[in-house]
Amino acid sequence: MEQNNNENYLVLKDITKVFSDGRGNDVTAVDNISLTIKKGDFVTLLGPSGCGKTTTLRMVAGFELQTAGDIALADKLINNVAPFDRNMPMVFQSYALFPHLTIFENIAYGLKIRKLSKEVIMNDVAMVSQMVNLVGLENRYPGELSGGQQQRVALARALVLKPEIILFDEPLSNLDAKLRIQTRTEIKRVQQMMGITALYVTHDQSEALSMSDQIVIMNRGEIAQVGSPEEIYNNPNSSFVADFIGNANFIDANVSEIGSDSLTVTVQGKSISVGKTTEEFSEGEEVSLAIKPEAVDISLEPTGFLGKLDVSSFLGSITEYKIEFENSFIIAIHSNTAGHTMKHFKMGEEVHVDFNKDFFHIYKK
Amino acid sequence: MANSKLKRRLNKNSFHQLTSDPALFIGVILILASLVLFIVYPLYAAAKLSLSSDGVFSLSQYQYIFTHSYYRKSIMNSVMLGVIVATLATFVGFIFAYAIAKGKIRGSGFFQSMAILPIISPPFMFALSVILLFGRNGLITAKLLHLDTSGVYGLKGLVIVQVITMYPIAYMTLVGILQGIDPDLETCAMNLGAKRFKTFFTVTLPLALPGIFASWLLVFVGSLTDFGNPIIIGGEFDVLSVRAYLEFTGMGNLPRGAALAMLLLVPTVGVFFIQKYIIKNKAYVTITGKSSRRGSTSVTKGAKNGLFIFTLLVSLFVLLFYVTIISGSFIKLWSVDWSLTFKHFVYAFDVGLTTLKNTLVLAIVSTPITAVLGMVIAFIVVRKSFAGKQVLDFLSMLSYAIPGTAVGIGYILAFNKAPFKLSGTAFILVAVYVFRNVPIGVQGGIAALKQISGDIEESSTNLGASTAYTFRKITLPLVRPAFFAGATFAFVRSMTAISAIIFLVSARWNHLTVLILAQTEIMRLGAASVLSFALIVVIMVFTFIIMKLTGLKQSQIFGTTN
Ligand SMILES: Nc1ncnc2c1ncn2[C@@H]1O[C@H](COP(=O)(O)OP(=O)(O)O)[C@@H](O)[C@H]1O
Ligand SMILES: [Mg+2]
Repeated sequence: MEQNNNENYLVLKDITKVFSDGRGNDVTAVDNISLTIKKGDFVTLLGPSGCGKTTTLRMVAGFELQTAGDIALADKLINNVAPFDRNMPMVFQSYALFPHLTIFENIAYGLKIRKLSKEVIMNDVAMVSQMVNLVGLENRYPGELSGGQQQRVALARALVLKPEIILFDEPLSNLDAKLRIQTRTEIKRVQQMMGITALYVTHDQSEALSMSDQIVIMNRGEIAQVGSPEEIYNNPNSSFVADFIGNANFIDANVSEIGSDSLTVTVQGKSISVGKTTEEFSEGEEVSLAIKPEAVDISLEPTGFLGKLDVSSFLGSITEYKIEFENSFIIAIHSNTAGHTMKHFKMGEEVHVDFNKDFFHIYKK
Repeated sequence: MANSKLKRRLNKNSFHQLTSDPALFIGVILILASLVLFIVYPLYAAAKLSLSSDGVFSLSQYQYIFTHSYYRKSIMNSVMLGVIVATLATFVGFIFAYAIAKGKIRGSGFFQSMAILPIISPPFMFALSVILLFGRNGLITAKLLHLDTSGVYGLKGLVIVQVITMYPIAYMTLVGILQGIDPDLETCAMNLGAKRFKTFFTVTLPLALPGIFASWLLVFVGSLTDFGNPIIIGGEFDVLSVRAYLEFTGMGNLPRGAALAMLLLVPTVGVFFIQKYIIKNKAYVTITGKSSRRGSTSVTKGAKNGLFIFTLLVSLFVLLFYVTIISGSFIKLWSVDWSLTFKHFVYAFDVGLTTLKNTLVLAIVSTPITAVLGMVIAFIVVRKSFAGKQVLDFLSMLSYAIPGTAVGIGYILAFNKAPFKLSGTAFILVAVYVFRNVPIGVQGGIAALKQISGDIEESSTNLGASTAYTFRKITLPLVRPAFFAGATFAFVRSMTAISAIIFLVSARWNHLTVLILAQTEIMRLGAASVLSFALIVVIMVFTFIIMKLTGLKQSQIFGTTN
């Protein structure tokens, strides 16, 4: 029982959310999704803007009531629990710091509502301030803090409640790139240290890949794929996921032969063998092959397929090549580790393209 | 040391900007001169008269006022009325603002109109309705309840009509502030465990508090300086503005009248300074970060219903007053003979048509002058820098703080003899309209111009546009709503003016509101109703035409200024 409780800690079952403006214009923001979250996991909702991430999060927090479906926490239905009774503090994209309260009062807000004693409040706030590195700022107002500090106040205000679960809505999107990377390790560290379950919304794939135990990819209100970062990265189950998570290249191909556990497709008149998927293909069908940039190699030796170099960009540890291939463009990435020297090609030069065939994924067009 | 040197150099530069741009220089001088002549000088004239006795400086008028219970009583009455009305009107205005901004109640559009409707009404239209409904021959008191009452004259009646007249001020101050409170904050408070009630009291209300304070002060001053309502419905309840008027024109005691008007100036100027220098700095800085800006869930169904019922009842009450005025126009003898008639119209147009025409002409003449002057001052204040700019800014806003009664008295004293012999002319009325209403245009213009960051204009220039093109295509369209809002307000205020112009009208140039007042005093309530009705129609038609011509919405016109 206890075991089950931990495995199915937060459960969303057949959740749908339809917004209607009263004039018959309905928007289905979330379309019949189901999701199970393990206790202590860091789970990310990842998807393009407008795919329903925030709406999902707000339903969990209780700010939107789902049009259909159930939400359960630790085996208890919480559909009818008021938002202020859910104890799932949320870190808002806007931080939502109370501008009329000091940093101390902001952090203590939830504790005061829970009518804790003064000493406990002082103590807890001090502890959390220490943890997120806000000591010395307690008497300032939010308007007097930098963006990074404001972000940490928002985090502290949630953490101080010692919640079992914490919700994040793109908490880092207002920080600059360097601070963003720094803060995401910070959040992850605190989450693991305190053993909190986290439901984290982002549209940034590197954020999702680096922080998550599980990633939930969403597209147009539906779940496209759920899995660990490695699973999702290495085995995207659809061209949408392949494109979104790995910036995959897509190559047009023709199915020429269907074997028992592999398919043969033709590109530029050459045969390529790819592993079978659950999808059924027929002979002669036009398909898409997805391959990640790092599985594409280019050279001047006539080994593989023909392409034309469009542009190359040296990016420090890697070099990115844009290649014209079959009336479209593909990207190849080479790592510039010591020992490997950067390959020099001229713009517009004919190059030979090779693919690491183990990394091909085949999708319907 | 180095700092002060730098400052001096900057000053020199800013003076240089003025002298190197002759058009600007002449413009600033002309504007300053007219502000001094039409705002400072009359005020000085009134102050001087109140502070002299037999030609020498003396505080005897004030001494007299403060040592006689008769006058002390009217001061106390004014303050008491102001406190009660400010509190109630702010409450009503807050409920409207909250219901519309946060509650998102059904029929928001209707309630938005109702929240500003009283602004475009003649100054004592509500007083007139209250007499028709609750007076000695009132429909409700005398006919329906068979009460023999004159209780509506005095504090009770005044509170009712002033609250109805002034809750729009509170609404307009508060609605923007409530809309500015990020719903994420309320959502977040609830997320942290605060019940809706608690969220309201720990987040929403404290954030609205500076606005509530500002609105309270504005209504307080509005009540204190109101003249139209107390003179009609005040009865035995003596207030300062009416006392000053009666003293000045009725008893011919000019110095005492001036002194009483000067007393009104104390709280209004005080509030002006509080507004300008304290509340502005107290406003909370909005925190950066992208808000989800989703509707807040902080208002429950039950609360929504409560808000809806409250706003509906107030709205119906206000509408009842309009219905009363319109019916009053058609009823032969209110409460005695209910048969329908056009004789009030015949009579009213007989006595009032010329006045209506003159009132309209003067309003139409002064409106564009006011709007253009306001925008020019705003432009200079925002875009130019020169020594003495603060003086321009201050003077142009100052007239907002001077009670109409003091303005009227000041104008009579200042402009009844050479070299400025203007009394009795149309010019003096136009001057009053322009200089009393220009602060609204200035304020709206400044707000609009400040929104247009230098970047916007620079990027237009950067894209190849000439200065003139940028002004025409970028700057002008962006300040256009503020310009027409200022113009509409100027028109409405010119049409509904009373407290200052009652001192300045003449047989040749009368004002409709003064005529309505006269008709009410001789108990020709039917004619007074017709004239009020006509005034409302004129204002509505004008507003409608502006809206049609400019394509602006009602909320753009009545929402950009407050
Ligand atoms: N309160 C609302 N009313 C109407 N439509 C909404 C509302 N909130 C969100 N939506 C719509 O629902 C869809 C999903 O929005 P959201 O959950 O915010 O996406 P995401 O967070 O993934 O960017 C969008 O099409 C959005 O316009
Ligand atoms: Mg979102």
